[in-house]
Amino acid sequence: QGGGSAVIDMENMDDTSGSSFEDMGEMHQRMKEEEEEEAEGEAGAAEEEDGEFLGMKGLRGQLGRQVADQVSAAPCSSPLREALPAFSLYANIDILRPYFDVEPIQVRARLLESMIPVKMINFPQKIAGELYGPLMLVFTLVAILLHGMKTSDTIIREGTLMGTAIGTCFGYWLGVSSFIYFLAYLCNAQITMVQMLSLLGYGLFGHCITLFVTYNIHFHSLFYIFWLGVGGLSTLRMVAVLVSRTVGHTQRLILCGTLAALHMLFLLYLHFAYHKVVEGILDTLEGPNMPPFQRVARDIPVISSAVLNTTAKAVALTQ
Amino acid sequence: FAGLADVSISEDIPVEGEITVPVGSHSPDEDYSTLDEPVRDTIMRDLKAVGKKFVHVMYPKKSSALLRDWDLWGPLVLCVSLALMLQGGSADSKDDGGPQFAEVFVIIWFGAVVITLNSKLLGGTISFFQSLCVLGYCVLPLTVAMLVCRLVLLAGSGTISFVIRLIVVVAMFAWSTLASTAFLADSQPPNRKALVVYPIFLFYFVISWMILTFTPQ
Repeated sequence: QGGGSAVIDMENMDDTSGSSFEDMGEMHQRMKEEEEEEAEGEAGAAEEEDGEFLGMKGLRGQLGRQVADQVSAAPCSSPLREALPAFSLYANIDILRPYFDVEPIQVRARLLESMIPVKMINFPQKIAGELYGPLMLVFTLVAILLHGMKTSDTIIREGTLMGTAIGTCFGYWLGVSSFIYFLAYLCNAQITMVQMLSLLGYGLFGHCITLFVTYNIHFHSLFYIFWLGVGGLSTLRMVAVLVSRTVGHTQRLILCGTLAALHMLFLLYLHFAYHKVVEGILDTLEGPNMPPFQRVARDIPVISSAVLNTTAKAVALTQ
Repeated sequence: FAGLADVSISEDIPVEGEITVPVGSHSPDEDYSTLDEPVRDTIMRDLKAVGKKFVHVMYPKKSSALLRDWDLWGPLVLCVSLALMLQGGSADSKDDGGPQFAEVFVIIWFGAVVITLNSKLLGGTISFFQSLCVLGYCVLPLTVAMLVCRLVLLAGSGTISFVIRLIVVVAMFAWSTLASTAFLADSQPPNRKALVVYPIFLFYFVISWMILTFTPQ
């Protein structure tokens, strides 16, 4: 790790597990749970609160990890590395290092948590500022999308399949995160950019599951169930976390309405833009006079085919 | 040295001998200057090194030959041959040829770079180019799978050929992933191996997907 500096960059502390703002909320939450537990006769959790007063334990933990990272020198594995004039690359890697400091168990826990909406929205919920999980989820979504596009024989006129998939997924993750972060700035929500990237990244877990299932089993009613159920759950979780960090009804409405709309519409778009059903549309992209679906599986009820028609018309008109 | 105090040398015996330390023979000169050797020797040496690494990939054991003397010739050859074989296989025949080659090339190299960065960020002790070397060499089984698929497709493209191709590609994909894991996982902290193996799995999955869905024009 040649070129590492001994200065501890306090900017990397935006994992707010060390700040008192959130720990007060968490302590309050725990004290409430404690009261409920005491009513049932358990009072053992009180002792653990002392060490975490005002989040000092969290602060020391984060600092300690950073110091250990930068002071302990990992053995130089190749002399060639020192000769390379690529120090700017390594300097940049060190900036990202704290965001990749996770264990597999934590990743698994966060994946499962991303589907469970929190109930307590009066106090700010913690968001782990971690980038490994979201990055892997975006790549997984790219892989699933490629599989879906190939099995449906989607014809992309300009560009390549790979480029489209990567562009769509990364564009959504980075673009919508930035947009919601900007809205959060306008609405005075307490969230940082890394936390927003992490939150939205984990929210894509629901998309991955839905698309993985529905690209292989082509029942439209199944897709709508998954869209509402799985997509809805992960959207609710993101919305609940954002609501807990925003003050004021109008602001909450703007922020969460936008995020919910974009997240659910993205899943709808991914299903319809890259699926077998749309084969007919991509071929006959001439005008707004769309023939109704003719190449559709016969198990579609009348209502959903009407919805499909209007959606397809809207998609065709916007393309 | 008290016992030697009474040893004396008579003055008429000359003291003689070599003061200089004999230098080791011509080998340091041969190692540092390879300009004088015939070109064939240089090329054969490099080719042998690349060949030895291919053998290491096909029979992955825990050896450090791939890591110690890394080189990028093998990955380059494999990447170019894979990209050439995958050319011309897109469904839309208007814009194939160029993008296909560049697409495969870019995917392999940028995928390898991303995985390397990821493993370094997770606390790996392997260097950047060593990791690129291992990931590139482990594309060998998939290149073999591509060759086999091409040959099978020459015979015909029905369900049976698809099943054969599927089996071959899946087997080679598993081989690639296991081979690269055998080399790379040792350099990670033990509790984070799964975090490093997953992107490698995805990377080879995407390459296998490109091979399996290849249909010649």
